[in-house]
Amino acid sequence: MALRHLLTKKPLATQPLGILGFRRVQTFSLPDLPYDYGALEPAISSEIMHLHHQKHHQTYITNYNKALEQLDDAMTKGDASTVVKLQSAIKFNGGGHVNHSIFWKNLAPIHEGGGEPPKGSLGWAIDNNFGSLEALIQKMNAEGAALQGSGWVWLGVDKELNRLIVETTGNQDPLVTKGPSLVPLLGIDVWEHAYYLQYKNVRPDYLKNIWKVMNWKYASEVYDKEFPES
Amino acid sequence: MVVANATTGIASPLKCALTLSQGFQGSTRRLQWRKNERQCARKTGHGVITAKFDLKPPPYPMDALEPHMSRETFEYHWGKHHRAYVDNLNKQIAGTELDGMTLEDIVVVTYNKGDLLPPFNNAAQVWNHDFFWESMKPGGGGKPAGELLDLINRDFGSFEEFVKEFKTAAATQFGSGWAWLVYKANRLEVGNAENPLPLDEDKKLVVVKSPNAVNPLVWDYFPLLTVDVWEHAYYLDYQNRRPDYLSIFMEKLVSWEAVSSRLDSAKARATEREREEERKKNEEEEYGTANSEAVEMYLESDDAVSD
Ligand SMILES: [Fe+2]
Ligand SMILES: [Fe+2]
Repeated sequence: MALRHLLTKKPLATQPLGILGFRRVQTFSLPDLPYDYGALEPAISSEIMHLHHQKHHQTYITNYNKALEQLDDAMTKGDASTVVKLQSAIKFNGGGHVNHSIFWKNLAPIHEGGGEPPKGSLGWAIDNNFGSLEALIQKMNAEGAALQGSGWVWLGVDKELNRLIVETTGNQDPLVTKGPSLVPLLGIDVWEHAYYLQYKNVRPDYLKNIWKVMNWKYASEVYDKEFPES
Repeated sequence: MVVANATTGIASPLKCALTLSQGFQGSTRRLQWRKNERQCARKTGHGVITAKFDLKPPPYPMDALEPHMSRETFEYHWGKHHRAYVDNLNKQIAGTELDGMTLEDIVVVTYNKGDLLPPFNNAAQVWNHDFFWESMKPGGGGKPAGELLDLINRDFGSFEEFVKEFKTAAATQFGSGWAWLVYKANRLEVGNAENPLPLDEDKKLVVVKSPNAVNPLVWDYFPLLTVDVWEHAYYLDYQNRRPDYLSIFMEKLVSWEAVSSRLDSAKARATEREREEERKKNEEEEYGTANSEAVEMYLESDDAVSD
């Protein structure tokens, strides 16, 4: 995650001060897309990628930073009720930032290996857990299509039970809200903004096509990092 | 408002519908979701008679709100999304105990204290979209008048303050959902669900937001105005700019006539309900007196027997 240090001009008596009374507040900035906006066409249009990355993801980051600054302020003042009140904005916007940062890495242009089925230990694990890659895709498409409103459908790994899981989360809840031992391997954004300009109301077609640009290499890397011995 | 129409021309047998008098209290407990039981449906020579909801068209042509809400948006939003909710609802309730109930009753019953039964999303979305289309009109916007404006001034301070609060609620609904202006007349008792604003004064206008398909009927509030903030409502016309959509909605689309007439009927229904409650209370008091006499008599006679 991209980190940036901002200097805020706030002389704060109760906090350890940096040089000249400035205090460091960490803020987040928009990560670069690892490919061009048009590189996922025709599965996902350039226009969608552009808005999704530059507008939606950027807005989550902007509002996340804003909420973190307010949180910092409230904590400095010992304002407990504001600290609590900020939690929903932090969860939503922070979740939006975390989820989209994963999502961009989950996709790859076809000429860079997008859509190539997973090999190695993740490939085996998928066969063991779901029967086949085809069965996993069907399951994720069905759960993604059935999700009410906005949210995500995930393939994750349960670190403790050493098993793959398919889960959905509402709005911008990250996968970890479904269990502390869950690590996301790949997440599909099923907010309408992720497909509406191209697929309109037909979410199942979007789900069908996104597998053509799925970056299984990234999912395998995350999986192998969690289970280096296997 | 959409009501159940029997496609065959024969109304569904009334005894199949749950009676939902008095704010639906207790009725959810009696409803069991049994998709495969067809005890309410009757076989005829032509098959099973079921009640069906119709896809109601907006009360203006599809291009009447241009350029603020495009014909293309209507073609998808009404022609695809709203239609799918109606079709799926009809499929879900066919042959169940919900068949033959009014849409409002299905919404409230299937909300099931927040533990949603499968038809809830479709039923509530059918209701919400009917209500949304009727919340707008060509050449809408501007300012309300008369009693509605008086109440807005009383409860929000000013019309501008109300607009600000309504737009903030709609802009901060995280994810898909709706923002509402409602008439609230139920300080404590909701019956079907937790009252989100139990401490607020009664007979008051309030702004609430709701996620996904949820609407204020489940909290027993009287909805007066709504705006759809699912992305499909504005994405073709405004993309990510939800705040722009909300400004245009308030400035160019709201039908204050519709909101005013809803306020009138909400107030009438609230008064009617109050009278009904008063009548019930009196009846209970009378019954209570009669009942305690009966208990005494019973005790006496019991004593007499044991003597
Ligand atoms: Fe997204
Ligand atoms: Fe909608």
